[in-house]
Amino acid sequence: MNELATRLAARYGARGWHDQRADLATIVLDADRLRDALAYLRDQEGYRHLSFATAIDNIERGVFTLVYTLRSHDKGHSLIVHADIDRQKPVVDSIHLLWAQAWTYQREMKEWYGIDFPGSPRVDEEFVLEGWEGPPMMRRDFDSLAYSDATYAERPGRATSDPARHMKEQLYPEAAE
Amino acid sequence: MSDKKLKPAPLANEGLSPDERGLFCDAAPREYEPAKGVIEDFYNWARAESLWILGFGTGCGAIELRPLMTSRFDMYRYGIQARPTPRQSCVFVIGGYASVKTLKRIVRSYEQMMGPKFVVALGSCTINGGMYWDSYNTIKRIDQYIPVDVYITGCMPRPEALLAGFQELKKIIKAGKGEGQNIYARDFAWYKANQKQIIKNWDMPDYNW
Amino acid sequence: MDATLLQRVGYAFVSLFVITNYGLLLIGSMARISAKVQGRVGQPVYQPYIDIIKSSAKRNSIGHGVMFYLGPVFRLAGGVGTYMFIPAVFGSALFMNFSDSGDLLLVMYFIFFGQLGMALGASEGGHPYSAIGVSRGLAQMTAFEVPFALSVIAVAVQYGTLDITAIVAAQQGGFMHWTLATNPLAVVAALIAFLGMSMHNPFSVVIAPQEIPIGPPTEYQSNLLGMLQTNRAIFNGAKLVLYMNLFFGGATNIVVMVIKTFLIYFINVFVGQAFPRLRVDQSIRFFLGVPTLIGIASVLIAAF
Repeated sequence: MNELATRLAARYGARGWHDQRADLATIVLDADRLRDALAYLRDQEGYRHLSFATAIDNIERGVFTLVYTLRSHDKGHSLIVHADIDRQKPVVDSIHLLWAQAWTYQREMKEWYGIDFPGSPRVDEEFVLEGWEGPPMMRRDFDSLAYSDATYAERPGRATSDPARHMKEQLYPEAAE
Repeated sequence: MSDKKLKPAPLANEGLSPDERGLFCDAAPREYEPAKGVIEDFYNWARAESLWILGFGTGCGAIELRPLMTSRFDMYRYGIQARPTPRQSCVFVIGGYASVKTLKRIVRSYEQMMGPKFVVALGSCTINGGMYWDSYNTIKRIDQYIPVDVYITGCMPRPEALLAGFQELKKIIKAGKGEGQNIYARDFAWYKANQKQIIKNWDMPDYNW
Repeated sequence: MDATLLQRVGYAFVSLFVITNYGLLLIGSMARISAKVQGRVGQPVYQPYIDIIKSSAKRNSIGHGVMFYLGPVFRLAGGVGTYMFIPAVFGSALFMNFSDSGDLLLVMYFIFFGQLGMALGASEGGHPYSAIGVSRGLAQMTAFEVPFALSVIAVAVQYGTLDITAIVAAQQGGFMHWTLATNPLAVVAALIAFLGMSMHNPFSVVIAPQEIPIGPPTEYQSNLLGMLQTNRAIFNGAKLVLYMNLFFGGATNIVVMVIKTFLIYFINVFVGQAFPRLRVDQSIRFFLGVPTLIGIASVLIAAF
């Protein structure tokens, strides 16, 4: 497998190969070489199956990390490709021409994180939400509670009891104080 | 359509495109007088003993409806049946949390049911949001959008709790208090305003016949 | 036979009243028996009455034009018409109905009539599920009509008449005179068709209760649904009485009628609890296969 890491590093500047399990590894790529690298992995290295694609909001570093999970059924090995993109300018190359199903994932990412994939089919349409007017709701700077309080009517008198604290009060009343 | 003298002001149906508006009814719902005395009591008894549930699972709570049909819980002995069409059913069981997208369908289905119609709200989510109290996409109390007759608490309530809830609903109907349809018609403007505040892309008639 | 026309009309109303209540109780008791088979308590026997009262007590109702209202009317006319031309109890003036020579043809026509009227009305509702239900219903109906018609032809050929009263009269005098004994193949073909006609379990995909569409009556509600429910009871009763008359020696009093029709209806429950539902294409293939061959054989046996 490390031969693959070397080849990817030489061709696409991949780095940070990490064996998660015997059949699962992760690697980090630059976003602007992402499509070429994925095409190479698909056509030359046998990772023909895109099993999953999503994004992670790494707000601390100011990036969205795109996650593509590829599977080679010949080798019985999965490869997770990470690529960081700028949170302020979230535009990535679409890979729907490599894997036709990718447009669904990309539509999802567009709606949930606001990451744009120019040229991806139906990418601007609603995916799971209907008539959503707020900001992309899976971004971590979106305050779900504030939005919910502002939007949906609430029944007064709701009380919350944290299970941990509740049990502490029940079992160790002196320590709870 | 036929009784013009009772018809209130027609609805605007602004959510529809102009060429579609003629296809839908623009009459607002109206209140119906109950029958007199003993007759209404008799009707209410029949309504209570023949509860037909709309078979529309609107959330995770729908999974609790299925065991009711099985030998163990056997809802048929209480005269409860499931019907697949809102036209024939008279009880709408809101199965737990309702997202905005589902709420739209709930409103449509509820309005298509023939009165008198009853709503059983199932699970904590319908009462105060339950575990979805801070969700961006889940309403926190269903009675802002449609009138509710019975709440069943729990997350999830057991099928036994549902059966108990249906017994409670029967008592309400037999007492002549199951007037959700008339409440909805009377406070139609309020309910509609609440619904439209949440459902942003209102692309259906204002009242779905 | 000596009754005046007015008397006969009066008798017909009594007879219709009896068969309606009998049909409703039959549906209720069969639902309860099915429940027992499944290990449940089951609904009360009088549940069909409550359902009809409730449907009729609905406060509002919607329509989709004239044909929509005429659908249940046709259906009810089909049910009542079927029953009105069958003598329910042999030799009884009260349950004679309007049976006369050639009534078998009328009955055959009326059995089909209700479904056709329903098809017209339900299509007017504009609901896609209605259309699916109607197409399924008519397809299945056309299929089971073949063995049924063949066995009726066999009976007509055998007794040389189209008058149900005459057919019953020919079967009097003990079990060995019943069609069941004299032409068993016709009875087998007709009973298999009966399973399809009563839309119980192996052939219940038309109604598909509680699943996808509930078939043709998807859009029907309130008092229109009440009419359909009433018709279901009458139609059930009429079919049972017809079968009893054609194949099981008729009945000379109402007790015998009740026992015989109950047992005939019980065949449905028996088969329905034992077999899962067939798809429409499967049931059509089934009806046009062995049952049709049995029907042809019965005609041949009766003719030669």
